[in-house]
Amino acid sequence: MNKKNIEQNAGITVLFLCLGTVALILVVILWDIFTKGAGKISWAFLTQMPKNGMTEGGIFPAIIGTFLVTLMTALFAVPLGMGCAIYLNEYARDNRFTRLIRMSIRNLSGVPSIVYGLFGVVLFVQLMRIGTCILSAGMTLGLMTLPWTITASEEALKNVPQAYRSGALALGATKWQSIRTNVLPYAIPGMLTGTILGLARAAGETAPILFTGAAFFLPFLPESLFDQFMALPYHLYIMATQHHDIEGVRPIAYGTALVLIVLVFSMNLFAIILRYKLRKVRKE
Amino acid sequence: MQKLKERSVNRKTGKSQNGNGEPAGPGAAKGKKMGEIVIRTEGFNFYYGDEIAIKSVTMDIYKNKVTGIIGPSGCGKSTFLRSLNRMNDVIDGTRIEGKVEIDGQDIYAPGVDVVSLRRKVGMVFQKSNPFPKTIFENVAYGLRINGVKDRAYISDKVEASLKGAALWKEVKDRLNDSAFDLSGGQQQRLCIARALAIEPEVILMDEPASALDPTATLKIEELIEELKNDYTIAIVTHNMQQAARISDYTAFFMLGELVEYDETSKMFTNPGKKITEDYITGRFG
Repeated sequence: MNKKNIEQNAGITVLFLCLGTVALILVVILWDIFTKGAGKISWAFLTQMPKNGMTEGGIFPAIIGTFLVTLMTALFAVPLGMGCAIYLNEYARDNRFTRLIRMSIRNLSGVPSIVYGLFGVVLFVQLMRIGTCILSAGMTLGLMTLPWTITASEEALKNVPQAYRSGALALGATKWQSIRTNVLPYAIPGMLTGTILGLARAAGETAPILFTGAAFFLPFLPESLFDQFMALPYHLYIMATQHHDIEGVRPIAYGTALVLIVLVFSMNLFAIILRYKLRKVRKE
Repeated sequence: MQKLKERSVNRKTGKSQNGNGEPAGPGAAKGKKMGEIVIRTEGFNFYYGDEIAIKSVTMDIYKNKVTGIIGPSGCGKSTFLRSLNRMNDVIDGTRIEGKVEIDGQDIYAPGVDVVSLRRKVGMVFQKSNPFPKTIFENVAYGLRINGVKDRAYISDKVEASLKGAALWKEVKDRLNDSAFDLSGGQQQRLCIARALAIEPEVILMDEPASALDPTATLKIEELIEELKNDYTIAIVTHNMQQAARISDYTAFFMLGELVEYDETSKMFTNPGKKITEDYITGRFG
């Protein structure tokens, strides 16, 4: 009995230490960025162009660039991913071929982002001659987000009870009617949640936009989808490693990191709130 | 409500009338049958992949009668029921042989419109499956997907269907509440109302009361008695007493075969086969 208790306590302690270590790492990172970045955040920092070889001024073009490229990613990945998921889950027969496709899609989410970046260069920039711009970068990020969108959407569709479908079919609905009126309305919240999480990840990526459209520095804002752009993660990378005065611009790097973290965090928070709210509605 | 009273009288006399009638079985007794045939299956086989689930079933289902389908678990009774409105089509790798005719039309013939077939042959499932919509919208659903736009018509039809399913009194003041707020028995009657709204000819019921308490079950049974005036009903049930109470004809399935099919009174008092008797008296199952 006593030995059992000791074992039990030791087990709990080890598990708690695991959790504690992870939590500690997280806290240290956030603490470091917040304390060093918060001082830099001001209205001017958020709304001004970089000045004097990016040693002064703000990060406005990077914020706008990240916003635009994420929007482009969403426009590309959301319809395509949701459509693909609907087909896979509702129409495709469950055979070896679809299982292979599904497995491939899951595996794609594990492909390193630099591979997507290089693939984007070849496909969009060179083969399709779109050039390095928001469109190319957005579609490259879109490709990277697709596996997330598809997988999350399929999960959401699977969570809609089969009885909603058969109930509609038994009332003389066509398959599409049953999906449109009795499946999608209940799946879309889950689909959106997964998609937003995927987009949040895309917003923070550097490698896929590195060669497909992100610019080191631009003195003006992009005017069309075919312009190059500045982006927060790439800006941070430059400020932290490539700038001629790395020590001098360190506060700007921290400020950029903070803005990026807050952006990604708010997207995730939005997804969580959305899921919570819609789940509550469904239960009622 | 007037109908209900008439019905309960019919219910008692109806059975004794049937008692001295001819056997309703397939084969020899066919032709002597009274009543109009709505559904006729001929040499019907059903396969899940390579596995045969229903073997050569030939059976007639009569208009404005309740036909009970009984048998041990896995005997194919639900599969058979779902074949009658082609709900099995949605399962991959299923196929059929033989014929199922409804009103003389082969429903598995190429070119048959499954959607209009299902409009004609409604279905109530084992587990009540209201949609996560309001009570009103649940009943209106079948009308809306069939393109009905006229609001006055829809609202009349919803009321009539809820009355038809003996639910109107309980829900008339809360039609805009979620269907999930109803009790289990009410939800099942809502599903019946939903099926009634599109005016089917036949209603298939797959153990509609198996998840309900005795009071709710009784209500469903009374409702079935009432409904057979206007509809032809085929009901799968696990509950022998229920089959005896509500059905005019009873079919006994085992291992995918139709073992015996006759008037309920005969099946339960003087079954033609030993195995039927053994099942009905609870010796196995």
